[in-house]
Amino acid sequence: MTEPFPPTSAIPVPVGSHGSASGGSTLLGYIGIDTIIEQMRKKTMKAGFDFNIMVVGHSGLGKSTLLNTLFKSQVSRRNAGWPRDEKIPKTVEIKSVSHVIEEGGVKMKLTVVDTPGFGDQINNDNCWEPISKYINEQFEKFLKEEVNITRKKRIPDTRVHCCIYFIPPTGHSLRQLDIEFMKRLSHSVNIIPVIAKADTMTIEERQEFKQRVRKELETSGVEFYPQKEFDDDMEDKSDNDKIRETMPFAVVGSDKEYQVNGKRVLGRKTAWGIVEVENSNHCEFAKLRDFLIRSHLQDLKEVTHNIHYETYRAKRLNENGGLHPISSNGTQESNL
Amino acid sequence: MVQRQELGGLRGLANLPNQVYRKSVKRGFEFTLMVVGESGLGKSTLINSLFLTDLYSKDYPGPSQRIKKTVQVEQSKVLIKEGGVQLTLTIVDTPGFGDAVDNSNCWQPVINYIDSKCEDFLNAESRVNRRSMPDNRVHCCLYFIAPSGHGLKPLDIEFMKRLHDKVNVIPLIAKADTLTPEECQLFKKQIMKEIQEHKIKIYEFPDTEDDEDNKLIRKIKEKMPLAVVGSNVVIEVNGKKVRGRQYPWGVAEVENGEHCDFTVLRNMLIRTHMQNLKDVTNNVHYENYRSKKLAAVTCNGVDNSKVKGQLTKSPLAQMEEERREHVMKMKKMEAEMEQVFEMKVKEKKQKLKDSEAELERRHEQMKRNLEAQYKELEEKRRVFEEEKINWEAQQKILEQQKLDASKSVSQWLQRVFTCKFKFNFSPLTCCI
Repeated sequence: MTEPFPPTSAIPVPVGSHGSASGGSTLLGYIGIDTIIEQMRKKTMKAGFDFNIMVVGHSGLGKSTLLNTLFKSQVSRRNAGWPRDEKIPKTVEIKSVSHVIEEGGVKMKLTVVDTPGFGDQINNDNCWEPISKYINEQFEKFLKEEVNITRKKRIPDTRVHCCIYFIPPTGHSLRQLDIEFMKRLSHSVNIIPVIAKADTMTIEERQEFKQRVRKELETSGVEFYPQKEFDDDMEDKSDNDKIRETMPFAVVGSDKEYQVNGKRVLGRKTAWGIVEVENSNHCEFAKLRDFLIRSHLQDLKEVTHNIHYETYRAKRLNENGGLHPISSNGTQESNL
Repeated sequence: MVQRQELGGLRGLANLPNQVYRKSVKRGFEFTLMVVGESGLGKSTLINSLFLTDLYSKDYPGPSQRIKKTVQVEQSKVLIKEGGVQLTLTIVDTPGFGDAVDNSNCWQPVINYIDSKCEDFLNAESRVNRRSMPDNRVHCCLYFIAPSGHGLKPLDIEFMKRLHDKVNVIPLIAKADTLTPEECQLFKKQIMKEIQEHKIKIYEFPDTEDDEDNKLIRKIKEKMPLAVVGSNVVIEVNGKKVRGRQYPWGVAEVENGEHCDFTVLRNMLIRTHMQNLKDVTNNVHYENYRSKKLAAVTCNGVDNSKVKGQLTKSPLAQMEEERREHVMKMKKMEAEMEQVFEMKVKEKKQKLKDSEAELERRHEQMKRNLEAQYKELEEKRRVFEEEKINWEAQQKILEQQKLDASKSVSQWLQRVFTCKFKFNFSPLTCCI
């Protein structure tokens, strides 16, 4: 959440007799419009907010570890009771786990959706279909709630706000499966590609690989988040351009701590050194975390709500002549 | 009675191994190695590191740099010489393996390749003339497992199950610098457990009588599958030059036994067990193939696929058959050459026809040009004639006018004279 603006010099409005003569203030009058930000903040803090994140990638790419590292707590399903060496499922399953995380008085209900079995079979045709179906189901749920005659005050938001796609660090180029998946899903959900297990590659290899991946994504017409077409103004565009230049982020995840130079850091200890997760010379985890949580969390939700959800809604309402809203006591009304 | 001869000194039997050694060194050795694994697992780099050559260099990029839509099997030969010993190394690569979305049966081209090499050897072995018998059978297959840290993928299990009785399979953990030592141990245990579960027969190191060797072998067995890192880049570490990979947090040395098992693999593959791999291929896998193939023939006597019945014929019949084959080959070559000749003749005819048509066209063109020019000329002439006529007409008119004018003048003169004559008829005026 952004810091509340301190009430600084408002434009002095001649309000007549209310001109205060207090010491340092140069205002003739103070209306208090800017306190709305404070009010919003208080409200959001009380209500808390939801964030749904989906991770996709074939097994062994460190998805669960990365999530744990991102949210600095055990949020993945692995720690919610599923054993580590589970057998690879025969079809893609969708498993979601919810946690409530609190920081500085702000409550966040984080839902992690995992997709075990993706890309693990010998024949991976259409393994993206269960995922696509799940995303559309969440949109459908929200749409049904919205279309109701008596709506709930706050519709529970289970729509997937962000999908992190893990690219295996082959060092050569994207695989056919990666391109197919991203092409098909970039229009219904925000996709953030990351290069998993980045400690496999040296710095030069990493740069080359990133360039190649970016070029391939461009030629295949995949628009990953932040999408170019949704930049609002020049400031947004320049910020997002900078981010797009460095995507996909090469990340390393770890939930173990080691001592380095007297500090305790999260890292991976190998025989030739310790890979520090939060060291920007070693990997881009810090960048991903800042991007995902500290600057673009709200934007992700907004893009999902304003663009992806609206596209789905328009499509749904245009087919079959529209949706019949069902009121809470079951009687049907005419078309919208 | 066998007389035992006293040999002066021990120059006799003990020299036999040396003789064998000299002979085989002269002959040179052959070894065929197959590498299988998804793209991007460092197969090419590992081959370069193992044999210290640039089999896949920047000018001749390895198969993984090229995009492949189906699984191919490619082989490259390289001749390595060291200390007077010559090794013909054949590397068989399988680009495209496991890269598609649907990877069912991606092992089929590999199986076909191995079988075809065994069949070639079987045929060569059954010939009468066996002077040159090149051994192209695959002696060893290195299977690269991606370092996920979890276990084997379904594709890995399927592949190894289908190939473990056709070739020596040695599983390797690729890009082992991704794993920390603990993760590596867990991963290895998991893999070995799964291999035993699915009853996959990977290459077993044979026990020797020597205790020392056995200890080494046991150590190797504990480390299976070997976790390898490949690199041909030389980096300086603590004043020493080593081959390794440079990371911001350290250098992973390829030849350091604590970092990875590369040295173990190299020693095992090249220095100690190369001959054993070839022997096992010859005695076990090839014999399996051979007995299966021949059993299929003898049960099914009228089977007429190419050369199976050769072993039951006498050598004379064999020679007869070979001669016939040779004659057929010659006939085929002749037919081919005839064909090529025909084709060339046709081409030439076509070319001549084409040039004829071209010439014809040009001739037409020129004729038409000429005609056009002629017409133009005619036109000009006509215009000219018209002008001439006009001009002549004009001239005529002018003349007529002149005539008229002169006529009127003469008429006037006549009148003047008649008047003058009428009035003064003098002898002077008569002269006019």
